[in-house]
Amino acid sequence: MPVKVSMTVNGKPVSAEVEERTLLVNFIREHLRLTGTHVGCDTAQCGACTIEMNGDAVKACNMLAMQAEGAKITTIEGIAAADGTLHPMQEAFREHHALQCGFCTPGMVISAIDLVRRHPNPSEEVVRAELDGNFCRCTGYHNIVKAILDAAPKVAAMR
Amino acid sequence: MASMNIIGTSVKRTEDYRFLTGGGQYTDDVAPHHATYAVFVRSPHAHAKIKGIKTDKAAKARGVHAVYTGDDIAKAGINGLPCGWLITDVNGQPMKEPPYPVLAQGKVRHVGERVAVVIADTLHEARDAAELVEVDYEVLPAVVNGAEARKKGAPVLHEIAPDNTCYVWAIGDKAKVDDVFKSAAHTTKLEFVNNRLIPNAIEPRAAIGNYSRAEDAYTLHVASQNPHVERLLMTAFVMGLPEHKVHVIAPDVGGGFGSKIYLYGEDVVVTWASKQINRPVKWTADRVESFSSDAHGRDHVTTAELALDKDGKFLAMRVHTTANVGAYLSTFASCVPTILYATLLAGQYTTPVIYCEVTAVFTNTTPVDAYRGAGRPEATYVVERLVETAAREMKIDPAEIRRRNFIKEFPYQTPVALLYDTGNYNATLDAATKLGDVAGYAKRKEQSKARGKLRGIGYSCYIEACGIAPSSVAGSLGARAGLYEAGEVRVHPTGKVTVFTGSHSHGQGHETTFAQVVASRLGIPMDDVHIVHGDTSKILFGMGTYGSRSIAVGGTAIVKAVDKVIAKGKKIAAHLMEAAENDVEFSDGIFRVTGTDKQVPFGQVALTAYVPHNYPHDKLEPGLNENAFYDPSNFTFPAGSYVCEVEVDPDTGKTSIESFVAVDDFGKIINPMIVEGQVQGGLTQGIGQALMEGCRYDSASGQLLTGTLTDYCLPRAEDVPHFKIDTRETPCTHNPLGVKGCGEAGAIGAPAALMNAITDAIGVRDLAMPATAETVWRAIAMKKAA
Repeated sequence: MPVKVSMTVNGKPVSAEVEERTLLVNFIREHLRLTGTHVGCDTAQCGACTIEMNGDAVKACNMLAMQAEGAKITTIEGIAAADGTLHPMQEAFREHHALQCGFCTPGMVISAIDLVRRHPNPSEEVVRAELDGNFCRCTGYHNIVKAILDAAPKVAAMR
Repeated sequence: MASMNIIGTSVKRTEDYRFLTGGGQYTDDVAPHHATYAVFVRSPHAHAKIKGIKTDKAAKARGVHAVYTGDDIAKAGINGLPCGWLITDVNGQPMKEPPYPVLAQGKVRHVGERVAVVIADTLHEARDAAELVEVDYEVLPAVVNGAEARKKGAPVLHEIAPDNTCYVWAIGDKAKVDDVFKSAAHTTKLEFVNNRLIPNAIEPRAAIGNYSRAEDAYTLHVASQNPHVERLLMTAFVMGLPEHKVHVIAPDVGGGFGSKIYLYGEDVVVTWASKQINRPVKWTADRVESFSSDAHGRDHVTTAELALDKDGKFLAMRVHTTANVGAYLSTFASCVPTILYATLLAGQYTTPVIYCEVTAVFTNTTPVDAYRGAGRPEATYVVERLVETAAREMKIDPAEIRRRNFIKEFPYQTPVALLYDTGNYNATLDAATKLGDVAGYAKRKEQSKARGKLRGIGYSCYIEACGIAPSSVAGSLGARAGLYEAGEVRVHPTGKVTVFTGSHSHGQGHETTFAQVVASRLGIPMDDVHIVHGDTSKILFGMGTYGSRSIAVGGTAIVKAVDKVIAKGKKIAAHLMEAAENDVEFSDGIFRVTGTDKQVPFGQVALTAYVPHNYPHDKLEPGLNENAFYDPSNFTFPAGSYVCEVEVDPDTGKTSIESFVAVDDFGKIINPMIVEGQVQGGLTQGIGQALMEGCRYDSASGQLLTGTLTDYCLPRAEDVPHFKIDTRETPCTHNPLGVKGCGEAGAIGAPAALMNAITDAIGVRDLAMPATAETVWRAIAMKKAA
């Protein structure tokens, strides 16, 4: 049975008829064609599908689209400013070469922003521990950690 | 005018903006109109006869367009997947090459093997219908271990290899080596396993076949490291399609590490099926499929011996390795444990004689092929574990024993076929011991001891052979392909430049590094250069990206094309300035007549080439577009020294990496930031192999026990330290950039450094990888008990 789902994604109200079993990540990728949110493992381990929902970083492969009814969602496409200026976290990733193939990057950036929201002044230890829900196979995390530490004060100042 | 030379500069990456904003286009992001979805039915058994397959229920299910099995593939005349490297065994016979079917034919030989495919309107429908395919299996005994597979009475995988042996191959003078061992003052012997790894690029493999009746042509989007090779193998060897009617696009690719080099059956099936149903067919692996169907890496069982004189000088090395190649020969499987392994056993040392024998064995496991480092990590592990162990046995400082044996004069011909062109091994070891403050180690060890912790230090001085070539030599060693690279430099009328490269970038940053090279050579802004890769209809040809070859081979091809552009530009400039061509020089984007103030900028020459009103038509064609193929005269030989310090908690066995120093010599470096990133990533994969990652099969059933991310342990941010990285530059002598390649070094050098450090810390001779807390704890307990 198709069901109707409605939510706000990157500031725009969206609604669609989907199969009940449609995962939130597939709704975002296939129905909305916002393909920056990636599927790396479909078992909630790799974190490539991380989005922001009602202010929290969540893994969009691990919930149904129906469960996001009425939610306010931000995907990686909604992180930079409307004129394309990068968010300070994105800018720090670029500055510190914190991405290589780019596949984990959208989820990593959203987790990093969430991390700084919860820990406005994190230590390296905290950053490494808090990244346990996001795999990166390219960078060895070294530069991701550097980028987050560098961006933290700037991101914290945005609130 | 300021120099435009930006070689050696950490330019920020051109590709980052799209990746950071969700604008990357990976294969699964491509959505052709009217696409259908493929789901593969895979073998749940390691070894079984297929007695029958019932597809009727699945075929009638909602949304289903087609269900195909191995029979359909056979009827269509589609061949098996070819192996790209012929190894000749010790008896002069070619290796055993059993058919590697696209969909299983009569038998399955590993868990996860493709048995059938279901194609439906939606992914959900295809998944539902795949559940309805009934395969009647007669389960057979399975064997997963290489040594077990060679024993009498072991289950036989392929009729043509009744002893499950693909080949026995050897290099070196056995009699001479055996003689040296008889009289050596000291010998060191180790037996170990180089653990099987599962690559786990975060982007799963994906492929979309799309046949156009209107054009009678195919387009294949595929997550591949080498689209041209994929097309060549698929058209010429597997499907018999006209090569020019198949367009392969490898768009943004989310990491490869080797696993996306190969031609896989899924790619063939979606391409073929798209014509059968006249709709695009899309397939994306889920993670469990990736675990059981992406080619694995490593899996060696080795006995290694080193003979030394009384002063610790290496006299000979003898190595016997059983390499588990899995159930079938993947695209480059055969050359990894031979050509890319045994030839590296000299390491950085003057060992005068070496003998290595490799037995490649079929087992009921996923095929094994090149994974980051490919043969060279296994060789480094052999050499560096032996050297460290010998040093301990002879009570010689491990750095000192290395220094006594370093090759210091170049070029150096090793006893295992390679000719090292250049190197400076003392320089990297000196730098690493300094950066790692080895002088202060004893004090830190005391401090650890005071805290109840065991501290250890380990070295690894690796060498690798990159930029595999030349084609003629590779061919004589069995390669069935050339190993050159192609590049094209298209100068537009406005002086802007598009560069087409046969190398593929899937994280390496070619769009930045290659643009730096071209901009520097042409003396134009980097923004005026655009790099195109990964598309067979745009790029003339390509051998792809693997073996750290992109800058050394692909980059050189581009340089050659740029130099042809400059050469033609000089002719045009000479005409414009009414000068002799030999009097024209080019630098910083300006053509000048030597000794005069006459000059024309690059842009004007470009415009003249396309608006040739005042042009030497009698001597030159219009246009400014050049291509080049580059076939190197030798490998490149990056090398380096790694020093690792660990602290082990004797109560839990947990290892903490206190310091990891890597000093690499990659020759000339184009973009230090990108190079450091490659090292950090490689080190982490090497640390993963040493401490965490290990593929396990159940020995009785052949089931893959580490088939998900909960069972197979990938390194997380918390598992790796903040690295200390530095470089030394000894330029490669035989390519114009002096570059060597850097992509695999970390993964090659790290495992031995770590295992040397852990064995030092807990005072044992050897320890199996991955050295998990349990493994280390048990080793400590056993030592206490003994």
